[in-house]
Amino acid sequence: MSLDHLAIAPILLPLATAAFMVQLDERRRTLKAALSVVSTLCTIAIAVSLLAAADAAPPGSPAATSVYLLGNWPAPFGIVLVVDRLSALMLTLTGIVILAGLLFSIARWHSAGSYFHALVQFLLMGLNGVFLTGDLFNLFVFFEVMLAASYGLVLHGSGEPRVKAALHYIAVNLAASSLFLIGVSLLYAATGTLNMADLAARVPLLPQNERTLLEAGAAILGIAFLVKAGMWPLCFWLPNAYSVITPPVAAMFSIMTKVGIYVVLRLWPMVFGADAGASAYFGSGWLLAGGIATIAFASIGLLAAQDLPRLASYTVLMSSGTLLAAIAVGSAGVTGGALFYLVSSTLAVSAFFLLIELIERSRMPGADIIAVTADSIGDDDDENPNAADPIGIAIPATLAILGIGFAACALLLAGLPPLSGFIGKFLMLYALFPATEAASGAPASAVTWTLLAVLLLSGLAATIAMMRTGIRVFWVPLESEVPTVRFLEVVPVVGLLVLCAALTVEAGPVARFMQATAESVHAPQDYLQSVISAPRAGQAQSPEPAP
Amino acid sequence: MEIILALSIGALTSSGVWLLLRSRTYQVLIGLSLLSYAVNLFIFSMGRVRTEAPPILQPGVPETLANYTDPVPQALVLTAIVITFAMTALLLVVLLAARGLTRNDHVDGRGAGQ
Repeated sequence: MSLDHLAIAPILLPLATAAFMVQLDERRRTLKAALSVVSTLCTIAIAVSLLAAADAAPPGSPAATSVYLLGNWPAPFGIVLVVDRLSALMLTLTGIVILAGLLFSIARWHSAGSYFHALVQFLLMGLNGVFLTGDLFNLFVFFEVMLAASYGLVLHGSGEPRVKAALHYIAVNLAASSLFLIGVSLLYAATGTLNMADLAARVPLLPQNERTLLEAGAAILGIAFLVKAGMWPLCFWLPNAYSVITPPVAAMFSIMTKVGIYVVLRLWPMVFGADAGASAYFGSGWLLAGGIATIAFASIGLLAAQDLPRLASYTVLMSSGTLLAAIAVGSAGVTGGALFYLVSSTLAVSAFFLLIELIERSRMPGADIIAVTADSIGDDDDENPNAADPIGIAIPATLAILGIGFAACALLLAGLPPLSGFIGKFLMLYALFPATEAASGAPASAVTWTLLAVLLLSGLAATIAMMRTGIRVFWVPLESEVPTVRFLEVVPVVGLLVLCAALTVEAGPVARFMQATAESVHAPQDYLQSVISAPRAGQAQSPEPAP
Repeated sequence: MEIILALSIGALTSSGVWLLLRSRTYQVLIGLSLLSYAVNLFIFSMGRVRTEAPPILQPGVPETLANYTDPVPQALVLTAIVITFAMTALLLVVLLAARGLTRNDHVDGRGAGQ
């Protein structure tokens, strides 16, 4: 019973913290920062305990999915929150990425604008809600909470490039939200339900004339998520926005594209899986082609990128494309590898966004648009307000740490051994061939080979781009002083990279967990069963009424 | 009634999309607003178009959809209206900030100023 109520805590805790912080005076920044960190730490602790509870059940048993009925209404009528392995994994990952960005911002960036900490907590609330909800319309509501907070965070720090980027970002996301609503209402018109599990149960029973409506709705809904995930023809907003926003926000936003991926991973195998009758695997060809095109676009973008933030933005796209293409294969083995890659690449991209800000510290603030050239890194014209801080005084050790961090990020993002990026890619490729042979009965097809080639070539492109940049940035004579870096700013970068290293060391257990997650995603009967037959609590003691 | 509803949704959507693709920020804002009106009407109509049927159960009337209109889309459209209204207000603020910073109302901030 107590664990049941824990399911809503990742939404309520950041909401309460944020609501409280909005009241506080803007000058009490230390208190706000402390509150924000404590709230995020508690959310991570809750997420980890949910993860442990979901993983404790043997794979395939319905106990791995726990359902929380808001307002104690039975499932298809009321709103549900669902915690299973996938949600708990995403909750934990979100908490970690937000915490890293938050710690980094406390050293410097959180004072660049108002309400930073409240917005971060609202972002955390929206993200957690998206990962927990089992209802399409609530998904929209939490999406909008997340987006509203993200609009504020994009504008954090202000300045002309950010305001221009925010204008595009908001317009694109508002248009995508309209598509989201059109898709949701078409699905409702076709099936008469908004509950994801109920929707999946009704799809195989639909008559042919309603099926067209359903597929149109699903395709429109899919476009809304793929805009968020950054699939190729829908991704041109992403590099512009991600390369000008403040670095801690960019680090947090590395989880935002994964929201689109998560929804595709949650809904597509469930609603259009093997059991969906005539609609089985609807749209898999589009998803696969889009994923491959995204990888290709991101590889070209990586090679053409002139400055570090833009390079990092294209690694976000590359990670999205790889995940979309892997999910589109539609087999549990490949999805397991993709989940491993998702965790590893999210942590690595997040660390990379933080790292490049430290590397570029010596350049003028706000000079994000200027291309990095071989000698600009030496110019120390930055008026750092924290220059008096005794930790991390300009010694080459700072540069050494940054260099090692950069090398680790490059290995992770390009998917080279020995770090976890390689393991994720290897797991995907290893599962790719048996998957397609089992599906079609024939030897690996041209599509499989294309995917293989694109994945490997994208790794090569990332390696070339990162090495070229690394040489330009680090292998230059030290003409002047090294950038001053505070201890608090190194901690999140090193922490994220250590987590990636831990993923590598503990690859066996982690891969088993990802495999169990992928199998439950692709065999959603337990999920459906748990949601539809979720028992009501004896007496109503809901913490919030259903909206 | 269906044809009027369908035509108005179509007119709102097409003018909304056309304005969304224009180069001045204010046109984009109005385009998004028109689009959101169209979406709200669309959600409303997805619960099937009915007249003179209440969405709330009444005593003595059999509890079937033949006697009532579907209340769910009406609840959804209320939420959608509130959210899109707030987002449009936010976009308006950003639009004004961009106008102030770039001294220009082009969406990329670099067109010929007016």
